[in-house]
Amino acid sequence: MKNQNWPLWEIFIRSKQGLNHKHVGSLHAADEKMAIENARDVYTRRSEGVSIWVVESKHITASDPSEGEALYEPANDKVYRHPTFYDLPDELKHM
Amino acid sequence: MTNIQALESRFQAKVDDEVKIEPKDWMPEKYRKTLIRQISQHAHSEIVGMLPEGNWITRAPSLRRKLGLLAKVQDEAGHGLYLYSAAETLGVERADLIEQLHNGTAKYSSIFNYPTTSWADIGSIGWLVDGAAIMNQVPLCRCSYGPYARAMVRVCKEESFHQRQGFEILLTLSKGTEAQKEMLQESVNRWWWPAMMMFGPNDADSPHTAQSMKWKIKRFTNDELRQKFVDVSVEQAKILNITLPDPDIKWNEERGHYDYGVIDWEEFWNVVKGNGPCNHERIQTRVKAHEEGAWVRAAAMAHAEKRSQRNSKKEQVA
Repeated sequence: MKNQNWPLWEIFIRSKQGLNHKHVGSLHAADEKMAIENARDVYTRRSEGVSIWVVESKHITASDPSEGEALYEPANDKVYRHPTFYDLPDELKHM
Repeated sequence: MTNIQALESRFQAKVDDEVKIEPKDWMPEKYRKTLIRQISQHAHSEIVGMLPEGNWITRAPSLRRKLGLLAKVQDEAGHGLYLYSAAETLGVERADLIEQLHNGTAKYSSIFNYPTTSWADIGSIGWLVDGAAIMNQVPLCRCSYGPYARAMVRVCKEESFHQRQGFEILLTLSKGTEAQKEMLQESVNRWWWPAMMMFGPNDADSPHTAQSMKWKIKRFTNDELRQKFVDVSVEQAKILNITLPDPDIKWNEERGHYDYGVIDWEEFWNVVKGNGPCNHERIQTRVKAHEEGAWVRAAAMAHAEKRSQRNSKKEQVA
């Protein structure tokens, strides 16, 4: 039993109705129920949340930072996707 | 330029530009090791830090004080957990970190190896120990490693409550009976110098500072932070009507800072090496709690496994 960790869980908190859940950190727990209870104690001692998501860390797939260029560079030369790309006269209002 | 050199110079350029380093980014092995050591020591300090204060929970002089102290000690546990989870993003296992604390290979802040012999000590810890910790921790909110910086933002928000509750305890004693005033002064006399030592060795004797500052793990040197602490504490002590146990404290017009006396580094190193008044007791207490909790951890795991097996059987039937 020695040196055996409980599984690691990633914790996401919705700070108030209308906002999305945001990652706040991680913790160890035996199962999802305990993960939520522990997250309540560790991450919401001062009313920081109204809703908690827990996801076992091993289920998260992350993009590889070294592939960042290949993933994100194609967006860099597509300035026409932004509203400021379009030249319009100053007298045009409400747009 | 070799591959590693190229990666290292790209890494340093990011740090110089104040771009945070995140867990999956490439980082020099020494940066990773330095952070694991520093963050885990920090986490251990929070956990061991619960012990001197826990000593007074059952003997707090009023329900109000007991509630404040309980909440504070619970925060320390929380801080330990934020920090362990930040350390784990660097590829270490929680169980291994705890084992290192228990077998003495990992250090924690020496301040927690001093005993809390009077109620006033709870105030002194809040004022001086948490005060020194805040000086250290506020710049860590801008540390180059993202998960550590984010954990420190949470910690710092909560530390402010700790320091204020401590100062209020002392302020109450300062307006009390002669015996209470004596208790206050006696306690500050014992905690002042150990709190001064919390910033670590003088800059000249701190060989890792330069590298840590280059990597923006550290933002100020030990002596810079210590000076800030002296400057604010001297002013705060006036409100408590007490003297700080250092006859060399004197305003220095030229420097625009308070001068202060020489720290007893022999005492510092002696406590670091394990010979402080409570080193042995602190670790024994942690080990005992860990060992006596082993069956609970095992039972919770067994229960979780059984439940998940039951659930998967139910799914198969459905």
